[in-house]
Amino acid sequence: MSKIRVVHYINQFFANIGGEEMADYKPELRVGEVVGPGMAFKAAFGDEAEIVATIVCGDSYFGENTKEATATIMEMIKGQKPDLFLAGPAFNAGRYGFACGNITKAVKDELGIPVLTGMYKENPGADYAKDVYIVSTKNSAAGMRDAVKKMAPLALKLAKGEEILSSAEEGYLPNGIRKNFFEKERGSKRAVDMLLKKLAGKEFVTEFPMPNFDRVDPNPAVKDMAHATIALVTSGGIVPKGNPDHIESSSASHYGKYDIEGVMDLTADTYETAHGGYDPVYANEDADRVLPVDVLRDLEKEGRIGKLHRYFYSTVGNGTAVASAKAFAEEFSKELKNDGVDAVILTST
Amino acid sequence: MCTVTPISMTVGANRIVPTIAIPHPLGNPELTHEEEKALRRGLVEKALKALETEVTEQTIFE
Repeated sequence: MSKIRVVHYINQFFANIGGEEMADYKPELRVGEVVGPGMAFKAAFGDEAEIVATIVCGDSYFGENTKEATATIMEMIKGQKPDLFLAGPAFNAGRYGFACGNITKAVKDELGIPVLTGMYKENPGADYAKDVYIVSTKNSAAGMRDAVKKMAPLALKLAKGEEILSSAEEGYLPNGIRKNFFEKERGSKRAVDMLLKKLAGKEFVTEFPMPNFDRVDPNPAVKDMAHATIALVTSGGIVPKGNPDHIESSSASHYGKYDIEGVMDLTADTYETAHGGYDPVYANEDADRVLPVDVLRDLEKEGRIGKLHRYFYSTVGNGTAVASAKAFAEEFSKELKNDGVDAVILTST
Repeated sequence: MCTVTPISMTVGANRIVPTIAIPHPLGNPELTHEEEKALRRGLVEKALKALETEVTEQTIFE
């Protein structure tokens, strides 16, 4: 079998052209040349693959002329008919990481060949991890040897079309794709081992990393509640009987908006819950137990609040992705604002 | 309004009112209808108070 043809992309710094003062360097194709980190890859590839060309581009040039740079580089790559495209590694260099992520994605999408890059997990370019394989590296070029050690074998596997194992095994940044596999130890043992390590103050690796939740500054207090419009929002899955929008009982993909004009009380005949993560008996008997429409109507009548907003918004917060929940809220909170709602009571189960 | 307030803290809610139980945060099926509604009203009034209170950080209104 002939050697795998590799084109390697690096920036002006790793090509030894210069630092920041040379960051405007335009894309340059060096056929038959192995440059900078390419030497380490060449050694790691052995007889299996060959860097047939190196493309050098300044980080600022790429960042400021992304479209033109991508088009130019794409032509350069096409001419070399590579089997694999390699970029970086970029470590924690932000513009370089962006360039590596951007160009590898473009090559993958346009030429359909395997691509690989590497960078530090906090590099802004790491956002491309969902699009292309990005090997997780240290945050400085001191991690070059380690990066090449992980990137070279993965690059060969990709080029040969071999099965790619999980991110933890291969060393790429998690791309959100789950792989089923059998653990050597059963769950209870792993959990206890983890707990013992935690109690002993030792490092342990979680099997369920928590998503990053953002923080917002508290809104100012409502000054004049007697004239305020209060809306109800819930993740408890309260919907009109029959669940007309088919909100899923778990991992909800959408939310519902329901008109409660004239509704004084939620009853077993009119409302229910779509939620599949708690015993629905109590909510189905009386949905006010989750969404307190009845008492808010009383408080509205008594003038404690100005009025209860005409619509309530509902979804099921059961295994629902944080990203989905955020997207729902971004959409309907705009509506709530436009409708003149002063405050929201959000109930969750 | 939430029963498992540590979750509300984790997700970043700023005004938090603890409630009764996961499947019936704003009710208690053990009570009579009138008692239950009074319980619910107390919780909602607490939420309104919370909304009328200036806070600078995440606050649980016990």
